[in-house]
Amino acid sequence: MAERSFKAEVEHLRKGAGDTFTGEGILAITKALLENGVGYVGGYQGAPISHLMDVLADAEELMAELGVRFEANASEAAAAAMLAASVHYPIRGAVTFKGPVGVNVASDALANLCSSGVNGGALIIVGEDYGEGSSIMQERSHGFAMKSQFWLLDPRPNLPSITKAVKDGFELSEASNTPVMLMVRIRSCHVTGSFETRDNVAPPLTVKQAIANPQSDFNRVVLPPMSYVHEQDKIKNRWPAAEKFITENKLNEVFGPEKAPLGIVVQGGMYNGLIRALQRLGLADVFGKTEVPIYCLNVTYPIVRDEFDAFCAGKDHILVVEEGQPEHIEQQLGAFLYKAGAKLKLYGKDVLPMAGEYTGQVMLDGVTAFLKAAAPEMLPGKVRAPNAEAPQIPDLSKTVPIRPPGFCTGCPERPIFAGMKLVEQELGKHQITGDIGCHLFGSLPPFEIGGATMGYGLGPAANAAFDGGGERRAISMLGDGGFWHNGLSSSIGNMVFNKSDNVVVIVDNYYSAATGGQDVLSSRAHNDTKSTGNPISAALKGVGVEWIRQIDYTYDVAKVRDTVREALLTDFKGPKVIVASSECMLNKQRREKPLRTSAIKEGRRVDVPRFGVDADVCTGDHACIRLSGCPSLSLKRLDDPLRDDPVAHIDQTCVGCGNCGEVADAAVLCPSFYRADVVHNPGGFERWRAGLRGRVIGWLQERRAGKRLSVVETAP
Amino acid sequence: MNMALQQQTPDARVGEIIKLAVLAVGGQGGGVLTGWIEALARAQGYACQATSVAGVAQRTGATIYYVEMTPKSDQAPVFALAPSGGDVDVMIAAEMMEVGRSIMRGFVTPDRTTLIGSTHRALAVSEKMAPGDGIADADEVRAAAEIAAQRLILADMDRLAIEQGSVISSSLFGALAGSGALPFPRAAFEEAIRAGGKGVEASLRGFAAGYAAAQGAAAAVEAPSVAAASAQVSGPAALMKEWQVLMARIAAMPGPVQDMAKAGLAKVVDFQDCAYGGEYLDHLEGVLARDSAARDWALSAAAAKYIANAMAYDDIIRVADLKTRSTRFHRITGEMNVEEGQLVELTEFFHPRAEEIASLMPAKMGAKWEANPRRMAMLDRWFNKGRRLRTHRLRSFVMLHLLGGLKGYRRRTRRHEVEQEHLKKWLRQSLAPLERDYALSVELLKCRRLIKGYSDTHARGLSKFATVMEAAKLLDGREDAADWVARLREAALQDPDGKALDGAVQTIRSFI
Repeated sequence: MAERSFKAEVEHLRKGAGDTFTGEGILAITKALLENGVGYVGGYQGAPISHLMDVLADAEELMAELGVRFEANASEAAAAAMLAASVHYPIRGAVTFKGPVGVNVASDALANLCSSGVNGGALIIVGEDYGEGSSIMQERSHGFAMKSQFWLLDPRPNLPSITKAVKDGFELSEASNTPVMLMVRIRSCHVTGSFETRDNVAPPLTVKQAIANPQSDFNRVVLPPMSYVHEQDKIKNRWPAAEKFITENKLNEVFGPEKAPLGIVVQGGMYNGLIRALQRLGLADVFGKTEVPIYCLNVTYPIVRDEFDAFCAGKDHILVVEEGQPEHIEQQLGAFLYKAGAKLKLYGKDVLPMAGEYTGQVMLDGVTAFLKAAAPEMLPGKVRAPNAEAPQIPDLSKTVPIRPPGFCTGCPERPIFAGMKLVEQELGKHQITGDIGCHLFGSLPPFEIGGATMGYGLGPAANAAFDGGGERRAISMLGDGGFWHNGLSSSIGNMVFNKSDNVVVIVDNYYSAATGGQDVLSSRAHNDTKSTGNPISAALKGVGVEWIRQIDYTYDVAKVRDTVREALLTDFKGPKVIVASSECMLNKQRREKPLRTSAIKEGRRVDVPRFGVDADVCTGDHACIRLSGCPSLSLKRLDDPLRDDPVAHIDQTCVGCGNCGEVADAAVLCPSFYRADVVHNPGGFERWRAGLRGRVIGWLQERRAGKRLSVVETAP
Repeated sequence: MNMALQQQTPDARVGEIIKLAVLAVGGQGGGVLTGWIEALARAQGYACQATSVAGVAQRTGATIYYVEMTPKSDQAPVFALAPSGGDVDVMIAAEMMEVGRSIMRGFVTPDRTTLIGSTHRALAVSEKMAPGDGIADADEVRAAAEIAAQRLILADMDRLAIEQGSVISSSLFGALAGSGALPFPRAAFEEAIRAGGKGVEASLRGFAAGYAAAQGAAAAVEAPSVAAASAQVSGPAALMKEWQVLMARIAAMPGPVQDMAKAGLAKVVDFQDCAYGGEYLDHLEGVLARDSAARDWALSAAAAKYIANAMAYDDIIRVADLKTRSTRFHRITGEMNVEEGQLVELTEFFHPRAEEIASLMPAKMGAKWEANPRRMAMLDRWFNKGRRLRTHRLRSFVMLHLLGGLKGYRRRTRRHEVEQEHLKKWLRQSLAPLERDYALSVELLKCRRLIKGYSDTHARGLSKFATVMEAAKLLDGREDAADWVARLREAALQDPDGKALDGAVQTIRSFI
C-alpha cells in the first residue's frame, strides 16, 4: 500500500463526455490514458511520477472493467520491455518512470524497442526530476530520444495540454511506428487544474484477446541484417512520417503577432515561465496573449525544420528558451540556420544560464537581456534605467541552517546507522558505499556513513573493486527496493561469483519506502493483486550466499552493532549479508494509528509509549543526538541561570519507537531518557495494583521530602 | 520589413493575480494547507492553480508549495508554476528558520509581501549536533523579517494549533484569513475546512486560534520573555533556619553576585545538604575576597555559577534521587497528557559500568579497585549491561529510592574524593593568574562548562577541559590570553571529537 491513497480521486476517472475534471496533473494523465483506449500500463515508481503509479494501482479495478492490464514492473527496464507488446500487436501501451535515472535503467529496452519499431501506440511517460526538490543528478532525458530515435513531447504545463499530449502521443507513435516519450516536469506532475473529460474507451484489442492469436515477424527482431534495415527505416520512413504528423496536426503552437523582428522558441514545459516573464515586463496579458511571437515546441524532438524556418522568416533575433544542458535544441537550430545561410541572430545559453533550473528570476533576467539586445524599445522604462534602489535586507545566509531531507521520526533505519556508528567508533572507519533509498540519508550528518551512490541496487556493486579483500572489509548498503530492482543480480550475484569477502547491510523496511511506500516482493502486507511475503534471505540463499544474519527488530542497536562487528571480524570467507528488517514508521503509523484510536474509543486496553528526557539529569552534551538525529529528539533551553547549553528534549511527535533508550543503553550514554507508557482503559486489577503501588511510592516520597528543603521554581 | 514593436501598457489583470507561497518542513501538512487554499479560491469564483514538489523533500526537508489565483473568466489565465523573487503577495512560512529562508530566497519584499510566519523552531540536525549551543539566532531572522515584509504576522502557530488539538496547517490557515490578504470572508475559509472533511472540529479550533493571532498581530509579535524564574524554598523548621543563615551570607555579598549565588546555593543544597551549601559559600567567599568592584565582580559571578556546577556533580546517587521524586512523577503525568482513568508506566535506561560501581565505593577501596584492571574487569562482568528499571513498580522504585537516599554516605565515596580534588585544582589553577590577568582567570573558571555528560562523554569532556587548561599555561603572560582561552572553549564545544579544539591549539603553538 502506498503512502498516499487515491481511492477517492480514482472515482473521478469514471467521468465521461461533458464532465469537467479538476485535480492534479498525474491524475489527469491517467484519465487521458483511459480515454485513449490504452490496452496495458505499467511502470516503476520514483518522484515525480510515484503518484502516477499509485493512481494506477488504486485504479486497477476500473482498468480491469475496461480490459486494461496493469503491471507494477520490477524496474524501469522491465517497464520499457513491456512495450514489446506494441511491436507486433496494434495495442496501445503506456509505461511510466522518472527521468533521467529511470530512462538510464530502461535504455537497453528502449533502444531495442526503437529499432524494432511499433505497431500499436507506445507511450513512455517520464517525470523529469530536474531543478529544485530533485533528488538525483541533474541531467536531461532528451539525449536518449536523439540516440535511439524516439519522439519527445514536452507539453505546456496545464491539464488540457498535458491530456491532449497523451492523445497526440499515441497517434504520433502509430503514424510513425515509433515509441513516443511524454515528458512531464516535476511541477507539471503536481500542478492542479481542470479539463473537459471524454468517455473512457476500452482497448479495441485487449492483451487477453491478443495472446489468443500470437504473432511474430522476424523482420522486427534486432538481429543483423534486419537491424541495418531498422536504422534505414527510422531515417527514411519513420522520421518523415513523424514530421508530417506533427505539422499536419499542429502539435507545436505559434502565439503572438505574425510579423515581428524577433521571436522566442520555447520548450512547451517552459511556456508558463516564459509568459510570466513577459507578463512582468508588460508584454503579455493575463491569458498569455503576447506581442512577442512565440514558437512553442510541444514536440522537442524531432524539430521540424520547415516549421522553424517559417517562424524565422522575416525575423532578425531569435531566443531559444531551453532548460538544462547540453543545449540540444539550440545546437540543432543553430545548425539549421547556418546551413541555410541565415543572417538572423540566435540567442539562448548566452543570455540564459547553461546549467540549472529556469526559475522565475532566471527567466525574467534572460528575457530582459534578450530584449535589451534585440528590441530595447519594448522594455518598460524602469527596466531600461532603474532608478529605485532596492532596500537592503540583512544577509541571513550565515544564520539559517540548511535543512536536507532525513530519516522520519521513529524511522527503523536510524538505529541501523547508530549501530554502525558505534562499530566505527570501535574499529575505525571502513570503506562504505550507499545505495538509492531513504538509507542514503545515513551519509548525511549526524551519521556520515557511506561515501558513494552509483545507482539503484548498485551499492554492493560499487564496492566491487574491493572484493579482492584487504586489511579491512568494505561495507555496502542496499535497500529492499534496490535489492529487488537490480541488486539481487548486479550486486549480490556479482559478489558471490567474484568470491567477495565484503559485507552488505540490506535495509528491509517492508516497502519501496523512499518512493512512497509501494509494495515489493518481500513486503509483509497482504496484497490482493501482487505476490508479497517472499523473504530476502531466501533469495540470498538461492544465489549462493552462505553467511546471512537476519535482524527482525532493527531498534535493537546493540544487536545491530554486534552483528556488524561479527561480519567485519569473522573468519568466514565470502559475502556476508545482514538483513535488517523493521517496518517503515511512516507506513506503520498510517496503518496503526486509526486502529489504535478506534480501539481506545471502544474501551479496549491500549498502551501508548512515548519517550522523555529528564532535563535535570541531561547535561546538554547532545551525544544522543549525534547517534540519532530523530526529528522529535530536539533541544530545549532551560531557564536555569546555571546552565549554559540547551538540553535534549523529546516533543509530542515522538512515536515511542524505542531508539532513544536503545542508543542510550548500547552507547552507554546517560540515564536521562525514560519511556512513559500511557495505558488507556486499564483493567480493574491493573488499576487496583497501580493504586497500591502509588500509595506506597507516594508515602516513601513524602517521607523523604519532609526531611529536606525543597526548592520550587516559580515562574516570574 | 517588419514594423518595430512598441511596448504595451501592462495588463492590469496581471497585477490582480494573487501569488501565495508556503514554505514548510516536510511532514508539517503543507499539502493540506495548500488544498484548503485551493478549495477556498475555487469556491469563491477564482481560477486557481497549485503546485508542489513532493519528492524526497517530504522526508523532513524544506519544501515549497505555490498557489496562484485570479477571478475566473471565460478564458484560462496563464499561471507560473513556481514563486519568483520579488513577486510573491503572501508568504506563509511554517517555522522560524523557514521564515528566514523565505527572506533569503527573495520571496519577501517590502513593496508587496504579507509574511505569515510561525516563530516555533524545528531544529535542523546541524543545530542539534553541536556539543555546545548550536541553535541559530531567531532574533536575526525576526529583525530581517521586519525589514523585508510589507506586513508581518509572527506567532507560535505550532503551539496555537497543538493547544487546540490540531496541527499547524490549521492555525496558519486561520492566520491567513485573519491577515485579510485574501479577498474572502472568514466563513468561506471555514467552509473550505469543512469541505475537506477530516478532523474538522479540531481544525476549526486551530483556525480560530490562528485567526485571532493575526487579528491581534501587534500583540502577536511578542518579544521573547527574559525574566528569570525565582526559587522558593520550603521544608522543616530546623533546616529552614540553616538555610536562612546561608542566605544571610549571600545577602552580604555584592549585588551582581547574589542572584547567581542564590541559584548555586539552591542547587548545591538540593544536591546534598545545608552543610555542603556552607562549603559552597566558603569557596565563593574565598574568591570574593580576591575580587573587587573594579570589574563588576565578574570573577565571583562566574565562580558562583561554576563552583555550584562542580559541586553538584552527576553521580548515581543524584540521578536516583532525581528520578524518584514526586515532582518528577507529576511533571511526566503533565507532559504526557495523562487523563483521568489512565495509568503511566515508566521505564528508565541505566547502563552502569565498572567505573560507576567503583566510584560509589568508599574512597580508599574505590581507588584501589580502580587501579586494578582485573578487579575492574570483574565489576564489568557483574554489572556492565543495560538495565531497564520499571520505576512504576515497587522493586525498581525502592531500589532507586534507597540509592537516592545515600547522601549521608556520599561524602565518603571515591567519586566525591575525585570531584573535590578536581574542584580544588581547577580553582587553584584558574585563580593563579588573577593578579596579573583578571580576565584570564574569569575565562579559566568558565572552562568548567566543558565537563558534562556521563561515561565516555564525561571522559571526553574532562580531556577537553584538561587540553584547554594546559594550553592556557602556554598563553599565560600574553595580552590576548583570555581571548584565546574563550576561543579554545568555544572550539571545544563545536564537535565531539575535539577536532576544532586541536586545530586551535595547533594555531596557538604556531605563534608561541
